[in-house]
Amino acid sequence: MADNVFRLHYDIDGEDFSVAGEASSKIKKTLKQLGVDPQIMRKVAVATYEGEINMVIHANGGTIDVEISPENIVMILKDNGPGIPDINLAMQEGYSTATEQVRELGFGAGMGLPNMKKYTDEMTVDSRLGEGTTITMIVRTNL
Amino acid sequence: MTVQEITQALGLEVLSAGNPDASVEGCYICDLLSLAMSKVSEHDAWITVQTNINIVAIAVLTELSCVIIAEKMQVDESVLEKAREENVAVLRSDKSAFEIAMEIGNRL
Repeated sequence: MADNVFRLHYDIDGEDFSVAGEASSKIKKTLKQLGVDPQIMRKVAVATYEGEINMVIHANGGTIDVEISPENIVMILKDNGPGIPDINLAMQEGYSTATEQVRELGFGAGMGLPNMKKYTDEMTVDSRLGEGTTITMIVRTNL
Repeated sequence: MTVQEITQALGLEVLSAGNPDASVEGCYICDLLSLAMSKVSEHDAWITVQTNINIVAIAVLTELSCVIIAEKMQVDESVLEKAREENVAVLRSDKSAFEIAMEIGNRL
């Protein structure tokens, strides 16, 4: 059987805001080329952008893997950052541990993880203190 | 209206041309990037005082019509280089976000 899954992989540079969002932009461009529905594209763009920014702000970078199949788009964001001590707290809109400097750039409003959950159909967070965080998000395309 | 028509009508300064023929059907005002990312619509003019490089990423990802920098805030050349590379229109006004939005709203 033919493998009709399209895979993308990106390495995210930590602490470099000048390139933050580039991986998400490239993912979006690929989805556009594949003719993915604009609303689906927007959901994936919000989710990957928030995840990418989180990795830059909190985790000194990481990787983003995207699997695009006719049924869904799976995004796996993996970092080797400090981990999330209290995931329930981190999922609350408005809660943020971002620095003042990051807030001045227009981030750190405590909307990252909540936005990722809101804009995807499934999201799981696997975080270990001192080891890192892996977030798996799924956006279904067969509406 | 097009980006070019709004530029002329409001006397905006063009920092990065982008696509002058893109249509503008609404406005969104916000300086929080997460909100802008999730709320800006495709044919919106986004009015903000944020000028860091991430405004370009938001513009690319949302495919908005143009970014309008309010209050004549300073924009780094590196941000504008990126905007030109990504074909994002960045315009600037010395007016407040409210005044800019009113002027656009009156013309839509």
